[in-house]
Amino acid sequence: MIDSTFLVLSHAEIEALTLSVKVATFCTLLICIPAIAVAWLLAKKTFIGKSLFDGLVHIPLILPPVVPGFLLLILLGNQGLIGKWLHETFGITIAFTWMGAVIASAVMAFPLMVRSTRQAISQVDSKLEIAAQSLGASPLKVFLNVTLPLSLPGVITGLILAFSRSLGEFGATITFVGNIEGETRTLPLAIYSFTQTPNGDLAAMRLVLLSVLIALAAIVLSNHLERKAAKKMGRV
Amino acid sequence: MIEIDIRFHRSDFKLDFKQSLSEPVTGLFGASGSGKSTLLGLIAGFISPNDGCIKLDDVVLFDRNKSVNLPPHKRKVATVFQDGRLLPHLNVKDNLLFGFKLTPEQDRCIDFEVVTSLLEIEGLLAKRVHELSGGETQRVALGRALLMSPKLLLLDEPLSSLDVRLKQQILPFLKRIKDEVNIPMIYVSHDKDEINYLADKVFELTN
Repeated sequence: MIDSTFLVLSHAEIEALTLSVKVATFCTLLICIPAIAVAWLLAKKTFIGKSLFDGLVHIPLILPPVVPGFLLLILLGNQGLIGKWLHETFGITIAFTWMGAVIASAVMAFPLMVRSTRQAISQVDSKLEIAAQSLGASPLKVFLNVTLPLSLPGVITGLILAFSRSLGEFGATITFVGNIEGETRTLPLAIYSFTQTPNGDLAAMRLVLLSVLIALAAIVLSNHLERKAAKKMGRV
Repeated sequence: MIEIDIRFHRSDFKLDFKQSLSEPVTGLFGASGSGKSTLLGLIAGFISPNDGCIKLDDVVLFDRNKSVNLPPHKRKVATVFQDGRLLPHLNVKDNLLFGFKLTPEQDRCIDFEVVTSLLEIEGLLAKRVHELSGGETQRVALGRALLMSPKLLLLDEPLSSLDVRLKQQILPFLKRIKDEVNIPMIYVSHDKDEINYLADKVFELTN
């Protein structure tokens, strides 16, 4: 059953792979700065309603992914609260497009990036931040020149977690943007589709192997970058 | 010249201090818990007094009545801490230049080369912070503080983490800074000999 053609990807499979990488890349870029900002807020500041805010940020981790997907559809669908306005004013459609897939996976990946970054930021010795302030650094410069570089391993881990989460995102994506070949059919959705197709097992298996390889690569890369960052700071 | 007239209290701790300090080096002496470090923190702006005012030359750093409270990074008051607090992600040279780069060119009053040769740290520039000995760390911390061209230098027990032999090695550097760099200093210690060696005037804090 398995011969050399097993390793050759079909057009639809390549399409699913490149779409997944595109969606995950845009997702990671989209959440990078907001997630760092929220992580900093949660790690360093106290404000009224902080626990509620904290809860809202993390809620996609706990909910069944279909719930955020459905809420996104209500908000951003063409008949949705914001989606209708976007569609009528700017002609922008988000639901059932690859941009919608980016947003769906961004919502799911955001808390992972925040968690990892927040932990790293709260571990930065505040005495060093005070020292930097006394040397003339404004709060923003303290953050950019001291806090952020010192929490870099956690930020990198967060980015890779977010990228991987986005690659694997299924429930919110299929609810919000459907399963349209070439537009929203990412790797997990393609695997699902193949398992629903007669004689699709082989193709599904190829994509499963591909997913495992990508996941392994992400973990190895994450470990490597973290070690490198830690070494740079003399922690090894 | 620094004029201090402040009242500070937190739960069971109370500090009243009123003095005009105009000597090149003022020593603050007192047992631990007497509020020496707190006083430095108040001058540097890390904490705020409950009442009073602090004035450095013509600049009001804090004035409760006028609602003035300059943030630490605008005070031009540098602190050398007991534990050095060098930034671990930067090498020695970049640590030294941290405050220097943040100081506008026209405000810089001290050269990089002058500081490194004064403190004999020219050979350490490329090193990483964790490769330094305790004495080297404090010399770099001192150089870093000087290079931001502060109007006032606060030294918060800068030698107390060093053993006696190292203290004897570093004290002459501090003396040299006093004699050759025209920046007033407030030197805090619980070691009377250190203070007597450096300071022109000594205050003892009692709680």
